[in-house]
Amino acid sequence: MPEKNPRKEVKESEPQAGQEAISRILAMLSGKERLELENFSLEVGNLELWIPTGSPAAPLSLPVIPQKPSTLLAETFIPRTEEFAGRIHEVKLGETRAGGGSRGKSVIIGGSTYPPFVSADRPAPHPPIFALDVFDMEVPLPRGLMENVKDVANDPAEWAKMNVKKYGADMVTVHLMSTDPLIRDASPAAAARTVEEVLQAVDVPLIIGGCGDPKKDAQVFCKVAEVADGERLLLNSVTLGMTETKTLDVVARAAKEYNHAVLGFTGLELNKAKELNRRLYEYLPPEDIVMDLTTVALGYGLEYSFTIHERARYAALMGDTELQQPTISASTNAWAAREAWMKMDKKYGSRGLRGPLWETINALTLLLAGVDIFMMMHPAAIRTCKDTIRMFAEKDAPAPDGISRWATMKI
Amino acid sequence: MTEREPRKTIKEISPIDVYKLLPKTNCKECGEANCMAFASRVVNGELAIDNCPPVTKEEYRANLVKLSGLMAPPVRTVLVGTGDRAMKVGGKYVLYRHEFTYHNPTPIAIDVSDDLTDEERDARVKAIAEFSYNYIGRELRLDAIAIRSTLHDPAAFASAVNAIAAQTDLPLILCTYDAAIMAAGVAHIRDRRPLLYAATKDNWKEMAELALRYGCPLVVSAPHDVALLKSLVKTLVAYGVTDLVLDPGTAVEPGLSGTVHTFSQIRRAVFVDNDALLGYPLLGTPITAWLSPEISHELIQWKEACAASMLLSRYADLLILHSLEGWVLLPQLIWRFNIYTDPRKPVSVDTGIREFGSPKKDAPVLITTNYALTYFTVESDIKSAGIDCFLIVVDTGGNSVESAVAGRYLTAETIAVALKETGIADRIGHRHLIIPGLAARLSGETEEASGWHILVGPKDSSGIPAFLKAHWPPKK
Repeated sequence: MPEKNPRKEVKESEPQAGQEAISRILAMLSGKERLELENFSLEVGNLELWIPTGSPAAPLSLPVIPQKPSTLLAETFIPRTEEFAGRIHEVKLGETRAGGGSRGKSVIIGGSTYPPFVSADRPAPHPPIFALDVFDMEVPLPRGLMENVKDVANDPAEWAKMNVKKYGADMVTVHLMSTDPLIRDASPAAAARTVEEVLQAVDVPLIIGGCGDPKKDAQVFCKVAEVADGERLLLNSVTLGMTETKTLDVVARAAKEYNHAVLGFTGLELNKAKELNRRLYEYLPPEDIVMDLTTVALGYGLEYSFTIHERARYAALMGDTELQQPTISASTNAWAAREAWMKMDKKYGSRGLRGPLWETINALTLLLAGVDIFMMMHPAAIRTCKDTIRMFAEKDAPAPDGISRWATMKI
Repeated sequence: MTEREPRKTIKEISPIDVYKLLPKTNCKECGEANCMAFASRVVNGELAIDNCPPVTKEEYRANLVKLSGLMAPPVRTVLVGTGDRAMKVGGKYVLYRHEFTYHNPTPIAIDVSDDLTDEERDARVKAIAEFSYNYIGRELRLDAIAIRSTLHDPAAFASAVNAIAAQTDLPLILCTYDAAIMAAGVAHIRDRRPLLYAATKDNWKEMAELALRYGCPLVVSAPHDVALLKSLVKTLVAYGVTDLVLDPGTAVEPGLSGTVHTFSQIRRAVFVDNDALLGYPLLGTPITAWLSPEISHELIQWKEACAASMLLSRYADLLILHSLEGWVLLPQLIWRFNIYTDPRKPVSVDTGIREFGSPKKDAPVLITTNYALTYFTVESDIKSAGIDCFLIVVDTGGNSVESAVAGRYLTAETIAVALKETGIADRIGHRHLIIPGLAARLSGETEEASGWHILVGPKDSSGIPAFLKAHWPPKK
């Protein structure tokens, strides 16, 4: 707990019954009486004190022993309120009818002025939010994920509805996998129809996921941006690779024209993230840009993701204007780790628990590093993360009394 | 606020600062080329001062004291246990991992209570000592046993402590707030240098005496009261007990947010405000999840796991858990291993051909990325299966297979170029390449670009042995 009323004086409480006798004996043992007691075995109730015989006698030139305190020395603690020059930009996602879109409400992310989860007095202005995944074609999913979505896996609109109604999604991510030239090469128009269906099925803001091909994604994003004019979609993602295919400006201009935001994706390299932001600032205000610094699965490099998020957020708060964008984490990536989905020796437990816990810990770890949006899939993982964020958003609950009992309780 | 003299942080200390205090004889006894090279590795956190044999001699005593002061981490190092399994707790130089690197991976202790029957206790100790997981070629293990006095009986505690000490060489943590019980427990295992849990505002003097008498490190416990924690530290240091570990209290639910805040504020006080009284290792006790009235053990374990992983990220230097379930421990052991790797080390490994076993002309050729963790995972799977093969490591900018395919780092062209540049064709008598399952979509294009036959391998390298059994040698 933060110390609001620093303790000015600490009085030593009375020794508990039974401890007094021990205390006296111990005091004796520590002093000159040692010689007289050597080789004794002393009984105090059930207690056996073993007096060592191996230690050499005190040297003749005794060092000066400072007076041992007999009562507690008072101390105070006031957590320092640090000052940071930088601030994370706020980005609005989703637009209501009043603003020219059709969403039930907008969400705002970002706005942090302080390192995450350091002080209850300095909470983030907007708690992190959750976007649940939907795919526009059948994709191979680990059993732990598939069993929750198998009834809707062929219908993005129904899948999106379920994510919102059943699992409390703040946003839905529509992954337009079918547009990949190496998979189905679905047309931008077909992709846009899928997006329209999902827009009609749910009223939360949407994230639109491309296939990763810089040329094709640009075509798809432009078409989707146009048909979803004014909805403030988050286009996932734009990359430095798009500068080589000369499509970055095309997507950025489409986002600007039709009032959407873009997600800049870079692979675990802060300088690349800064470079991409610099390029995007030529076309878009910072209020339209979110960063994806890459989320790697626990066991497959989560530490790189954790550290790059900590570095980025710290640099941003210290005033680096090229990193002051909110961040996103594709924590569903946790399932890439074999420990999440593989059947293992029974001493490692059921994968039914291991998998969701893997996704949960992946997300909780990046939550501590300051991530603003989580793209996730497993209901238990989402629930745990939401509960954790709610707990952080409230004033610190008074810690239950008696937590020290763990040391002596029966389990 | 207790201020410490402003001192150089680990990033401000230059090799010259260390070099000036070394013998400067370039004797090479440390294994380095000269004293300057040694000094560089010391400030890099790779070597310790006492790796220099001459400086520990009497004639350099003053220098050694200065060097130790110069290199002392703001969070002290506390040694628990003895021998090979002894553990260093704390010893942190920085607040953020990216500023340097974190030292001394958080030991994870599992509790054993003294109310267990002999059989139950022996089985639990055995399970703790034997728990391990092979992760990229390394055995990840548990580190210590926390023995709890739940019967409130000195004799029962002493008997459990003795039995456990005889059964395992793992470091021990003795848990009781009763000095008489503690005395009974520690008396017979003083040579094991157990960690004593805990001194509180009520028993600090008795516990201090025990710590001094038996030369053991001591936990200071003040749940949710950092001012009291500091009072206890100040008092105990004045009393002569300096090997301290701090327990600011761990609440799992409700109260985990407060716990994370407190841990963070304590660490920031050390690194931002030079608060020396808080410059000790922090103990986290996710085991408090078991205080919950919740009936479902799995739910309690879930919460314990989440709390443990958050405290691993947020400054716990030592953890005590109750769950011994693999699904709870696996993510902790792996995350602990990961976060304590050196962030200054590159994300990628060298590209080119790697040989495993003694591959002949008909040996399989596999391909993977140069992302370090992908590579080590594949390497570990090939080695543990004892496969003779060639592995081509492609430059994917340090990206894993999935990101490399998505980001166009791993393409038909980069694979074709890698096959050509490595000259693998001259070393084998076939033209079959096994690509990762996650790069399956590249297979057609790669056949065209390279002229090789492409076999799509498993999505996870754990499937390589079974894959080769079924598909190698390839059918004509």
